[in-house]
Amino acid sequence: MATHVNSNGKITRLELTDHSKIKSESLLTRGFRRLRRDRLTLFALAVLLVFVGLSLAAPFITGNVLHVDPNATSPRDRLLPPGTEGHLLGTDQLGRDHLGRLLHGGRVSLAIGFFSAVTILVIGLVVGMATGYFGGLVDDLVNWVITTLDALPALYLLIAVSALLRPSPGSLILVIAITGWTGAARLVRGQTIQIRNLDYVMAARALGASPWRIMFSHILPNLISVLAISLAIGIGGVILAEATLSFLSLGVQEPTPTWGNMLTDARSYFNRAAYLMIGPGLLISITVLCLYIIGDGIRDAFDPQAVD
Amino acid sequence: MLKYVLRRLLQAVPTFFGITLLAYLLMATTPGGPLGALVFGNPNLSPREQEQLAIRLGLNDPAPIQYLRWLLGDDWMRWDSDGDGLSDGSFLIPLDANGDGEAEPPGDRRGILRGDFGTSFFNRRPVLDLLVERLPATLELSVTSLIVGTIIGVGVGVLAAINRGGVFDNVSRIVAVIFNAVPGFWLGLILLLLFAVTLDIFPLGDRCRTTLDDSCPPLHQRLEYVVLPVFILATGPIAGFSRFMRASMLEVVSQDFIRTARAKGLSTRTVWFKHGMRNALIPIATFLGPALTGLLGGAVVTETVFNYPGVGRTVVQAFVQRDYPVVMAVTIYAAVATILGYLLSDILYAIIDPRIRY
Repeated sequence: MATHVNSNGKITRLELTDHSKIKSESLLTRGFRRLRRDRLTLFALAVLLVFVGLSLAAPFITGNVLHVDPNATSPRDRLLPPGTEGHLLGTDQLGRDHLGRLLHGGRVSLAIGFFSAVTILVIGLVVGMATGYFGGLVDDLVNWVITTLDALPALYLLIAVSALLRPSPGSLILVIAITGWTGAARLVRGQTIQIRNLDYVMAARALGASPWRIMFSHILPNLISVLAISLAIGIGGVILAEATLSFLSLGVQEPTPTWGNMLTDARSYFNRAAYLMIGPGLLISITVLCLYIIGDGIRDAFDPQAVD
Repeated sequence: MLKYVLRRLLQAVPTFFGITLLAYLLMATTPGGPLGALVFGNPNLSPREQEQLAIRLGLNDPAPIQYLRWLLGDDWMRWDSDGDGLSDGSFLIPLDANGDGEAEPPGDRRGILRGDFGTSFFNRRPVLDLLVERLPATLELSVTSLIVGTIIGVGVGVLAAINRGGVFDNVSRIVAVIFNAVPGFWLGLILLLLFAVTLDIFPLGDRCRTTLDDSCPPLHQRLEYVVLPVFILATGPIAGFSRFMRASMLEVVSQDFIRTARAKGLSTRTVWFKHGMRNALIPIATFLGPALTGLLGGAVVTETVFNYPGVGRTVVQAFVQRDYPVVMAVTIYAAVATILGYLLSDILYAIIDPRIRY
């Protein structure tokens, strides 16, 4: 085991310089080794990958396997129950195939979640690293903006901007990113300040490394696990936010399906079609749950203080 | 103590200023702007009437002046000292704004800093009245769910810590993650389907049975209307407090004074609850601010799902209708509530933790 080598490593190194036998394991390989043993996280990852695969293949599945069009309305086939011939999970209030819409809705919801979270991360990384590393007046100014935005509940801000701008799925990603970058920026900024004051960064600076070099080769690698965790949890958070927004009919507009806006009218069909409500919500919940579990799993696996 | 409170209040001033700027920008930068919203409400306005309206509302003034008018009012910008209904002195803005050769009536806005949030575009009523009227419904939901959530969350957290690694600990952890992952509005819909439609135990929503004067009996007489929304709102605090309390508890019981208490021969119960729990509760105070922010956001969704006539529903409505005076007022309201929540939790923390010197 690696730990054996490590615990004995110091002594052997003092006595004999047989480097070939000392194999120190990097944090990254150790993290992946731990992840491979974490069954719950692997399971969550597998479920998520299935969802992503189904979403990516949605046009193919609905076109060639199910032979339905998720946006084709058909007044004759309104609110057919699940199991009906040709409509595996039934139809909605406009006679559109429910399974087809679930698949296509997942496509939109997952895409918005992923791209928004990545955009948030990029903004947070740039702003957080720059302000954390350089400090000064810009740092104060950015901090003021962050405290101001954080003084509003995230959902308020999101509702405000999207109600006033009426975004399309594409611009919704921008709206979510613009209203949601503060958390990531604060996280990166805090970590950057912490790492910047470590001895080895001081040493790099003493050797004449430029700020760019210090930021990219010395600080950024240390941020990767934090970023991975916040990406996983961030995607989950964005999917929840998008669903809530679409439920309030302020997000993606019909006929484009998302798991959120499929629930907007669910209340009116409680009695006749409860299945319309259960499907999208369940899919949102499972997806977000998987993402949170993955985030937690990465946190545990890449924790430098954890012991095997 | 007073000095500490004053210092914290002073720190909140730039944030509040930032929020007023943000609220103003929300209105000023949207396509169409307030005039667009007004015209949308009254499509029959002729272009000339629209122009008059814009002048009367001061929408043609430069942006900084509009912002100042909203913040501080315009009764000091244009005033009438001889009482003939026409102003005879002005500052920053022209006496005759519409160019008809006659001075305008004096300014009558007092500004949000003096409690004048203007008149709603749609209800034609003072915005402040509108909000004050809706506030009790939101308060009763939020306060109840904060209390319920704290009690259950803290209790579960303590039991999970005592039972560390056991079944209860694991179950509570799973439930907490699920509470975080399930969208609140969907859980609300499912509970409505289950308890209101299928089992018919609770009503389908609203605050109480409809009465003639729109008033509602005291909370304890209409619990059936409150149980579901309070539960939905409490899921957040329950999940948060239980995880936080568990961690805090485990940290406290690893400290020396707990070992001392055990060594003295105190019963396990006394050690856990009297020595452990009391100290573990201290950091919980810092959680109050974030919990309050969460409730404000949750209120928007919960009130929509349960048709609860509170501020949260007004928020959605105002944004959808682009009722700018209300939009700006609710922005200020949410920010002030959040700032006060954080302030309160900091002060509470300073009061109950004797180790903190301020």
